[in-house]
Amino acid sequence: MAVVFERPHALLDVDTHYCPGCTHGVIHRLVAEVIDELECEGRTVAVVPVGCAVMAYDYFACDAIEAPHGRAPAVATGVKRALPDRVVFTYQGDGDLAAIGTAETVHVGTRGENITVIFVNNAIYGMTGGQMAPTTLPGQVTQTSPYGRDVKTQGNPIRICEMMATLSGTAYAARVSVDSPKAIGEAKRAIKKAFQYQLEGRGLSIVEVLSSCPTNWGMSPTEALEWVRTEMQGYYPLGVYKDVGGEENV
Amino acid sequence: MSKTQSFILSGFGGQGLLFAGKVIAYAGLHDGREVSWLPSYGPEMRGGTANCTVVLSDEPIGSPMVGRPDLLMALNLPSFDRFERLVVPGGVAVVDSSLVERRSERTDIAVYYIPATKLANERGLHGGANMIALGKLLRETGFVSMETLLEGLKKSMPARKEHLYPYNVQAIELGYHYGE
Amino acid sequence: MSEKLLMKGNEAVAEAAIRAGCRHFFGYPITPQTELSAYMAKRMPKIGGTFLQAESEVAAINMVLGAGAAGARVMTSSSSPGISLKSEGLSYIVGSEVPCVVMNVQRGGPGLGGIQPAQSDYFQATRGPGHGDMHLIVLAPASVQEMVDLCYDAFDLADLYRNPVMILADGMLGQMMEPVEFENQPHRELPEKSWATNGHQNRRPHNVINSLYLKAPELEAHVRDIFKKYETIREKESRCEAYLADDAEILLVAYGAAARLCKNAVKMARERGVRAGLLRPITLWPFPERQLFSHTEHTKAFLTVEMSMGQMVEDVKLASQFRVPTYFYGRTGGVIPTPEEILEQILKIAGGAR
Repeated sequence: MAVVFERPHALLDVDTHYCPGCTHGVIHRLVAEVIDELECEGRTVAVVPVGCAVMAYDYFACDAIEAPHGRAPAVATGVKRALPDRVVFTYQGDGDLAAIGTAETVHVGTRGENITVIFVNNAIYGMTGGQMAPTTLPGQVTQTSPYGRDVKTQGNPIRICEMMATLSGTAYAARVSVDSPKAIGEAKRAIKKAFQYQLEGRGLSIVEVLSSCPTNWGMSPTEALEWVRTEMQGYYPLGVYKDVGGEENV
Repeated sequence: MSKTQSFILSGFGGQGLLFAGKVIAYAGLHDGREVSWLPSYGPEMRGGTANCTVVLSDEPIGSPMVGRPDLLMALNLPSFDRFERLVVPGGVAVVDSSLVERRSERTDIAVYYIPATKLANERGLHGGANMIALGKLLRETGFVSMETLLEGLKKSMPARKEHLYPYNVQAIELGYHYGE
Repeated sequence: MSEKLLMKGNEAVAEAAIRAGCRHFFGYPITPQTELSAYMAKRMPKIGGTFLQAESEVAAINMVLGAGAAGARVMTSSSSPGISLKSEGLSYIVGSEVPCVVMNVQRGGPGLGGIQPAQSDYFQATRGPGHGDMHLIVLAPASVQEMVDLCYDAFDLADLYRNPVMILADGMLGQMMEPVEFENQPHRELPEKSWATNGHQNRRPHNVINSLYLKAPELEAHVRDIFKKYETIREKESRCEAYLADDAEILLVAYGAAARLCKNAVKMARERGVRAGLLRPITLWPFPERQLFSHTEHTKAFLTVEMSMGQMVEDVKLASQFRVPTYFYGRTGGVIPTPEEILEQILKIAGGAR
């Protein structure tokens, strides 16, 4: 009988700790499928963050390093410089990548570090219980913006892909979503392209994935996906922000 | 010769005092002695006072710091003002008289005045005041032989500056024979 | 015998690291360690190595974590304020059991402090520097040659025990030139780095480099494992130099640059008929406790001399178990004590002791 659906080899056969309705699992799967398709698991090193994905080292079948908060791009730089023929990717959340690790993120872009960054943006700090993130939307209520994020005092959300696209060393920057089967297909194509660019030695590739957090947003999984579509995509438009190999802003 | 000789070499940044110190240190090394070289460092790359201390000794060197030098080379007034009083009794100072007008009032040290900068400019040995003064210091103290000093010079020069070796030798000899 | 070269401590340690097989250096500019980075920047590209000037000390130490995790010999260097920034990363590196070598060319603090030589990071080096139950192996050279010799051993110690090793020098040792030779590189038997995250090549289960243990008993077991290593290190690796110490009535205890000054002072004291000696810890962690304790038999007093307000003196008191009075003399902020000042202290103690 033909197998039509199975667990990717690059994902280990374990239960994850993610909440129901969280899209981390989907994103893990997409990354693992890409690793399978590119047949690079044996020479891939994952660098995982502090945040909800902190234990991703138990889920990915490739070698993995758990980095200090925000420092995954620096750790990945160290691995890549020591072993240039390995495939190195980071998997980071918004607090990790866009707040405490902003400098590391920007500078892998300036250096054109030949690694891939998977940036999971769910507009909130999930693991610590729902605090305001650098990507929390204006007016969004969180534990530390209980009256809604007031941009006058709490600053504006940061658009990472747009910023990274301005850096000379960035080869590919795309924002995708996983709120529908169609979106998931597009997300996978972007992730695959990002890995391919690394294999081709083109420089930094970053894919920002808009993700849902039903638990901390206080929504049902379906409501949460709807919120990704209507609210998040309004502030964070999907698209390719940089592609040294091809078209811009599709 | 005493067991330990300590040097302070001081002047403006850019006058080549650290290099002169390195020549002395390499000369000492050539003679099989213990040596140390310590620069002052800080935000004074050019123009400020720069100095280094060198110790040559027959036994292991404890402190590379030199509070009271046996030998002083002062290539500008601030350096002379600062270090003249610290020279040990019986010590020797060589002073660039083209930049230092005053004379020492100390009677317990020997101070030699040589217009090193002026001589360097007159002879087309620009930047050679340090080596001229070093030649003078050698002449008056004989802390190593001329041959050893030139060995030290050779060792101190990076390959890319090798072509400047003859100029440095010329400057050292000029200082050595000054006043003859 | 090879020809001796005159080199600055900072440059000599860089050359030693390269000869020890270090091919990856990540740093950030700071005085007075700059020559080390500059040397690496010049040499690494020529030997197929990495020199990377990171965006911060924080990034640099995490690049070290990455390269070390990948199984490479890797090094970073800084000076006091920069080491504070690296402390987070060092804690993770200890927790993840990744080998690396870190150089601290100390300057005066706290805060931005100054740029002149100091020894005021002793607590930071030996008690931390990061959070959690942890130690670095801390080596304290007192000459340019010893910077080379200890640098060789630092890489071996790091690999052997899978723990960061810090070479704790200071601005004086970093900046001064002394004759140095690079032969006589010792080699220890080292285990394979089978734990490295360098890609499993479909030949083994995946390796994970990690310092997270959410279950308390698991974290306790992990920390206990690390401390078992520390016990071995304490037993096998503590080192010191004894100078005229066997008959010393007044035993100076000093490390690094301060120990050099103390040697002069000891000689001067002996010339005046005072039996002074010096015990110079070469490993600051582990502190040479047994060696120091053995001197409590005959010594009338310890005099700890540091370029700080008094940090190692606490270890001297602990190691001597307060059997002998311990005095302290220090200058700080970049001020370096003179042998004469130290002699004065010795004579004062000798006068009182008689």
